Amino acid sequence: MTAKVAYESVEVGTELPAQSFPVTRATLVQYAGASGDFNPIHWNEKFAREVGLPDVIAHGMFTMAEAIRVVTDWLGDPGAVVEYGVRFTKPVIVPNDDDGALIEVSAKVAALLDDKQVRVDLTAMSEGKKVLGMSRAVVRLG
Amino acid sequence: MALDQSFVGRTYPPTPPYEVGREKIREFAEAVGDTNPVYVDPEAAKAFGHSDVIAPPTFVFSITFKAAGQVVRDPQLGLDYSRVVHGDQKFAYARPVRAGDRLTVTSTIEAIKSLAGNDIVDVRGEVHDESGEHVVTAWTKLVARAAEEA
Repeated sequence: MTAKVAYESVEVGTELPAQSFPVTRATLVQYAGASGDFNPIHWNEKFAREVGLPDVIAHGMFTMAEAIRVVTDWLGDPGAVVEYGVRFTKPVIVPNDDDGALIEVSAKVAALLDDKQVRVDLTAMSEGKKVLGMSRAVVRLG
Repeated sequence: MALDQSFVGRTYPPTPPYEVGREKIREFAEAVGDTNPVYVDPEAAKAFGHSDVIAPPTFVFSITFKAAGQVVRDPQLGLDYSRVVHGDQKFAYARPVRAGDRLTVTSTIEAIKSLAGNDIVDVRGEVHDESGEHVVTAWTKLVARAAEEA
């Protein structure tokens, strides 16, 4: 479990390479199958509207999975993630068209900890809204 | 209706083992569009010191959430599942989940709150492997929205 980023090479404020992740209805169907979460709010527009949502929304756990990719791509080894937590603040709304929605994720080192660990704070946005709150990971660097 | 506070601290029996398969990890990694080779190539995983391919960090949620279903569907607790949404999620890893793991989950109700008519239940899932070693802990906050808002 060795990250390719050296502890000595980062400081508070170091930015990780930001990434954008597209999500379409097809993405959500594929994620439903892989995760076993078949809640119809993630694929059935009629059902979503009936329960008061503006449209089909992405699985919160899909957004959580995308956001940590900014960290794991930076680390190389996803096994170097020690902790990861988020709050689901706003849904990612996924329209029924070819483009779908976009999840934009940025991250920066927020604290240097003991044992070569650092805390990384993440920001995930879609349609200009923060879709994750309190989104933090603790990772062990090399 | 406020939930019964006496359920706080209740621990449910461990789930039967879930065997983590290489192809299930591949399927999950593809579904989230993640091309990191450690999820699909045992040699790439070994280069980082892992004995087999590892799973993406959030993979284990499928297992812990199923286990949390014991809590969610406990008729004595009386949570209205049709109104439940996911509030928070956190994981703390002793090591990454990897192919070949046989994982059991032990779920405990950590807290029950009522806020503006919403019932909020915090469930902790402790995940152990076949040898009893701790692998990961998952904390899931479930919010049952107030009936009038549903």
